[in-house]
Amino acid sequence: MTQALLTDIVIFVLALLVGFEVISKVPATLHTPLMSAANSIHGIILVGAMLLAASANNALGYVLAFVAAFFAAMNVVGGYVVTGRMLKMFRRRPAPAAVESREPEGALPGGADGAGRGGARS
Amino acid sequence: MSAFTWVTQLLYVAAATCFVLGLHLMNTPATARQGNQLSAGGMVLAVAVTFALIIHAGVISGTGWTVMLTGALLGGGAGLYAARTVAMTAMPQLVSVFNAVGGGAAALVAINDYVHTGARVGEVTTVTTLLDVLIGAVTFSGSIIAAGKLQGLINAAPITFPGSRVVNLALVAAGIGAACYLIATPSTAVLIVVIVAALGFGVTMVLPIGGADMPVVISLLNAFTGTAVAMAGFVIGNWALIIAGALVGASGSILTKLMADAMNRSLRNIMIGGFGTGDTGPAALAGPGGDVRSIAADDAAIQLAYAQKVIIVPGYGLAAAQAQHELAELASQLEQRGVDVSYAIHPVAGRMPGHMNVLLAEANVPYPQLKEMEEINPDFPRADVALVVGANDVTNPAARRPGNAISGMPILDVDHAKSIIVIKRSMGTGYAGIDNELYTDPKTSMYFADAKTALAELTAAVKAYVG
Repeated sequence: MTQALLTDIVIFVLALLVGFEVISKVPATLHTPLMSAANSIHGIILVGAMLLAASANNALGYVLAFVAAFFAAMNVVGGYVVTGRMLKMFRRRPAPAAVESREPEGALPGGADGAGRGGARS
Repeated sequence: MSAFTWVTQLLYVAAATCFVLGLHLMNTPATARQGNQLSAGGMVLAVAVTFALIIHAGVISGTGWTVMLTGALLGGGAGLYAARTVAMTAMPQLVSVFNAVGGGAAALVAINDYVHTGARVGEVTTVTTLLDVLIGAVTFSGSIIAAGKLQGLINAAPITFPGSRVVNLALVAAGIGAACYLIATPSTAVLIVVIVAALGFGVTMVLPIGGADMPVVISLLNAFTGTAVAMAGFVIGNWALIIAGALVGASGSILTKLMADAMNRSLRNIMIGGFGTGDTGPAALAGPGGDVRSIAADDAAIQLAYAQKVIIVPGYGLAAAQAQHELAELASQLEQRGVDVSYAIHPVAGRMPGHMNVLLAEANVPYPQLKEMEEINPDFPRADVALVVGANDVTNPAARRPGNAISGMPILDVDHAKSIIVIKRSMGTGYAGIDNELYTDPKTSMYFADAKTALAELTAAVKAYVG
């Protein structure tokens, strides 16, 4: 057993404990967004897919890299966007119009909308 | 370590910190969006650091760049499209698909590592690589089957065939056996056996699980994906992956346990496949043990409109009928008349943990009205009317007594309300297949109709007769 592996195991166990501690405080109301957020976080495998592509040097390697990059990027982008979309629906008070708004959450007086709608983030 | 390595490693730690803080901010709806943005920032940082590492190392080929960027752009586009267009009722399927691709990517990273760098015989690294392949492949195929069941592409009812348990055991034995062989003897052919056995086991694991057990299965597969990603972190020696994977593993495990407890079932019982019946439910019109009082729309509307406090109990049936907007409309009518309205949400209402909250949030219900079971139960005695829509077993007082299928299951204390109106299509039994004693309670009136129709009728009646 190498020192590096031992370090990895320690990090894994500690992160697991931190995860239990942090996540047990999330209220049931937010369990679906929580799961979706956790989903986005495991999109970190994109880093692995990128490093895979960097070391690939034959046809099989390239195919694996392509599929892995596709899967991981789908996971990351889709995960964060859908979590954001869901969380935007959680309001303290009913919104003025009962439609699912695609606008930036501009309920604050003073025009949080000022930046316009140029951004691609939703 | 060179200065460059130092900086990149520290930046990975910073990214992982963003993930932890992001999850921490999800402990209230008010800060949850910030949490998601912080977590996304961590992800952008991790990807940027990885770009720097790749450029610094300088070994990547032109083809490598092309493959990576086209794959990521196409995948990102697909993810963006799915995330923008998915209906909130279909969230469980989407989460399942993201579990599948995450687990799949983790398995591919390990497969590539094994093929590319060659197996290091007897080394612990090989063990983590093989664990990654096994867990990742099981997650991939299992999540696809789960998504298919949720989407209705595959029969949601438990699918079993004679000898299915033998097949299951054989696949487990083949996968683990082949993996053990690989630790001692490197062989690409045997690696394929491991992959195929794991993929097969994912399918046979999820097929016999009923639709109503899906909240548990999705949580479990989520935990698997996290573990697979953490294993991938061991394989490529990257702390960010290890930490992120462990966080997701912890989250998935907690949710799995919460869901299984809320359904009063052990994980083992669910995995073996039991009385899960999926969306349709048994059509049997079981004769109730006592008299049932039915109520007309007008009477129910008057009862609701003149109440001071109404607690709405939405269940799986509401989600299945997609009647959340009608429910919110009725609630807002009542509120305009000064009725205090809140929602009692059982942990397994809906098809994934917390699903009902998202559906109601989408229907524009403010989240302070959404109450968890422990929070709302003491309020029932003060409620003039409890309106039950599409919930069954989670309201059955029989759970407080020993000796039946739901004994010990945590329930909503609906029977403590001053009066109860239940909207239901028929007297059919729920998931557990036992009669609901709530329906024969003298305080209870049954409103026999489809949830969507019933809620629309009630809203119209409130407007017409009272407003």
